[in-house]
Amino acid sequence: MKGFLRADGRKGIRNSVVVVYLVECAHHVAKTIVNKIDHEDVQLIGFPGCYPNDYSLQMMEKLCTHPNVGGVVIVSLGCEGFNREKLTQTIVNSKRPVETLVIQKCGGTKSTIELGIEKTSIILAEIATTQRTKLNISDLVIGTICGGSDGTSGISANPAVGACFDMLINDDATCIFEETGELIGCEHIMADRAESKELGEALITCVEKAEKYYTKMGYGSFAPGNAEGGLTTQEEKSMGAYAKSGASDINGIILPGERPHKNGLFLMDVVPDGEPVFGFPNISDNAEIVEMIASGALMVLFTTGRGSVVGSAISPVIKICANPETYKKLSEDMDVNAGAIIDGHVTVNEMGKVIYDQIIGVASGNMTKSEALGHKEFILTYKTFDGSESPKALGPSCLR
Amino acid sequence: MLTFSLIGIIVINNIKKFILIHEADNVLVCCQAAETGESVELDGEYVELTTNIDIGHKIARQSLLRNQKIIRYGVSIGSATSDIAKGSHVHIHNMKSDYIPSHTRQSLVGE
Repeated sequence: MKGFLRADGRKGIRNSVVVVYLVECAHHVAKTIVNKIDHEDVQLIGFPGCYPNDYSLQMMEKLCTHPNVGGVVIVSLGCEGFNREKLTQTIVNSKRPVETLVIQKCGGTKSTIELGIEKTSIILAEIATTQRTKLNISDLVIGTICGGSDGTSGISANPAVGACFDMLINDDATCIFEETGELIGCEHIMADRAESKELGEALITCVEKAEKYYTKMGYGSFAPGNAEGGLTTQEEKSMGAYAKSGASDINGIILPGERPHKNGLFLMDVVPDGEPVFGFPNISDNAEIVEMIASGALMVLFTTGRGSVVGSAISPVIKICANPETYKKLSEDMDVNAGAIIDGHVTVNEMGKVIYDQIIGVASGNMTKSEALGHKEFILTYKTFDGSESPKALGPSCLR
Repeated sequence: MLTFSLIGIIVINNIKKFILIHEADNVLVCCQAAETGESVELDGEYVELTTNIDIGHKIARQSLLRNQKIIRYGVSIGSATSDIAKGSHVHIHNMKSDYIPSHTRQSLVGE
């Protein structure tokens, strides 16, 4: 495996230019630049809101300096609240090429699109010479998420990802699992795997925060399709989701955008602090995927029972289908048929190895199904972490 | 001890239909669609299915009482809201979360 070497020493498995809109008003211009260039390594990301928000700025800084990103074109309307100067400076400091286009200064839609195409093409040519260097398993940061779960998820795809995570961690990689709201009911089982007593207590507190928050919102992280697929309760879904984390020791808790302080297994606390202000913690699967990417995930393992079709901007998504019947219907979207476990053709551990090998392939440049189909979903919204309930407040920074 | 491996399989007409995940479980999970009237052997006793059961759905491995914990993976995943006959479908109509209500497109359940 070879990776794209960045100035901070981190290595990417892709080398993309991201075109970033900083408010919905600049979305069309940014999207048109990306569509007209029509190159697999030029991707659209952005933030829709006009009001500033610390979380969104920090997330965007992390995303624009992600190891899979080689350069950035920022598209601003001009009057929005997003701190484009700070974002630009962070990217400059990371030694990546960056251009900022302000529509109100560039003469409007057409001229900004023309300029954007020109600047993006220049950056694309510039990063084509990025040095490639040996990529080790210990360089890999892999996230996992489940979406469209059903009653099969917890007996096939999720434990297979757990087995794969155990293999990766054994080989000194870094793995991130998430959605504390989807761990409601497993907090005490999970705490037993914490590397320290303090971390175990912090894991329980995180899940309690999620339970309190989701109860206020009136809904758990439980979609109607989950019930149609045989899942009945939040804790049943949680147990299935929890299986993705494998059996290794848990080394810490991170917030979205925060990087694990060492190699190992980390839980991401995605639930905002305090009273609900901006709504649901993550409004859809892609919002969670974006948070894991912001924390450095080079790739995301996405398990699905009902059959999600999404991919993501910036990092490839490997889709692992839990349900053999869903696989039959949606095989063109699925990278791995973990439903074979239910059919009795393979064991959970054998399937874990299949996923492990798939990761090596994708890290070596193989396209995932969602990449080949052009899925580059991206969503970033408002959130607040004021430190009152998040891991920052729960103990020393060594927990993170 | 938590387990996610399959420790038992129930076969109907040579087809694997239900799986047992943990010794302590009082539900089985359907791994291939089963139909009303099909006969399932549960601990030596034959029980006829009274509804169709889709893949991923659960049936009672034994008779369950109202308020009894439903056990899957060897841990509680909620409580029965009514008595449940052996072999019956176990889902939102007869069990609920002990944490947070689930919802369908039509309504909130398990409150």
